[in-house]
Amino acid sequence: MAIKKTTPTKVGFFQSLASAPSTDEFIKGLWRENPTFVQVLGMCPTLAVTNSLTNALAMGLATAFVLVASNGLISSLRNFIPKQVRIATYILIIATFVTLIDYSIQATSVSLHKSLGAFISLIVVNCVILGRAEAFASKNSIGLSLLDGLGMGLGFTFALSCLGTLREIMGNGSLFNFPIFGPAYQEWVVMILPAGGFFTLAIWLLFFNLLKKKSSK
Amino acid sequence: MTNESLFQIFINASLVNNFVLAYFLGICPFLGVSGKIETASKMGAAVTFVMVISAVCAYGIHKVLTIIQAPFLELISYIVVIAATVQLVEMFIKKASPTLFKALGIFLPLITTNCAILAVALFQTNKGYGFLESVVYALGAGIGFTLALVLMAGVRERADLSTVPNIVKGTILTLFIAGILSLTFMGFAGLGTQ
Repeated sequence: MAIKKTTPTKVGFFQSLASAPSTDEFIKGLWRENPTFVQVLGMCPTLAVTNSLTNALAMGLATAFVLVASNGLISSLRNFIPKQVRIATYILIIATFVTLIDYSIQATSVSLHKSLGAFISLIVVNCVILGRAEAFASKNSIGLSLLDGLGMGLGFTFALSCLGTLREIMGNGSLFNFPIFGPAYQEWVVMILPAGGFFTLAIWLLFFNLLKKKSSK
Repeated sequence: MTNESLFQIFINASLVNNFVLAYFLGICPFLGVSGKIETASKMGAAVTFVMVISAVCAYGIHKVLTIIQAPFLELISYIVVIAATVQLVEMFIKKASPTLFKALGIFLPLITTNCAILAVALFQTNKGYGFLESVVYALGAGIGFTLALVLMAGVRERADLSTVPNIVKGTILTLFIAGILSLTFMGFAGLGTQ
């Protein structure tokens, strides 16, 4: 890889985009190995904060930031971390970034911080992040790890938005808190309730399974 | 301080605000280890144990961090304590019951990243519980988690024997069952203090 020896400068970053394998690292997280729909990882935030699209997007982007940052740092330290304590080290690195984003969200939007609640802190224990650190960042160069983190993070955001859109439209008759069906719409309260999270995820998985089945025929 | 009684805290944590079915915490082991009742109940016991230990530690850590005025270290120190406790439990189970160790597999070290445990520590800090309240809260949450896991395992054991369409087999079926379980747990809503 061209970018192996240095941290990716702008040129190196785009060069790496042009070469086929690294583009693949980015694309795979979005679709083929989507963390939510294919790997079924990181379920807790996926179900808990997707009752509106705003929450889902914020959560997805916060997770993506932590994922990219921790992937980059872990990858750059991969030759210095002793094998025996690697998991503990990863968790510490992740927890540091999560504390950072937690305080930044609190500083920029108190209402958002309130509606996401403890789930921002709980990004620490999102299996997607630790999973990528262990499976990818600990073995690959910084550039590739950053791309992988970005791809997985955006894939996660995409999945959360899918769930958030469906749940908010059906459960609240609105999108981004903006009513789209008018006052006569009877809300499906169940979609906003916890049970709706399970159902919506099941419906999306079913939808993607059907798509896959159709395309393989 | 809150003025809930200990019993109320317990019922709230285990049934009304069940961690798995109402708060969506600890979904990964909930979907992963709920295949058999036996494994599920032991997994539940291990999680409950870690929860209580880490709740006690979190109580102490919060006191210390308040004194030295470093609340931003909270998250990092909680996760370290949890990781250490999980390591302890892992070593114990490996020694005491190698078969159980095998059955739990990857999900045993993954207790560290079980959000329910970190959530117990964070929630009890937010709610300002005292020592005894924290322990009861953690115990209730753990028992609620075990209950959800065992119920789920019971349904899944039956579902394995029945014929379902190929397209919904696996995760999708589990999610639908979980949704229905979650609906039934809403029946407890009247019991608690909101």
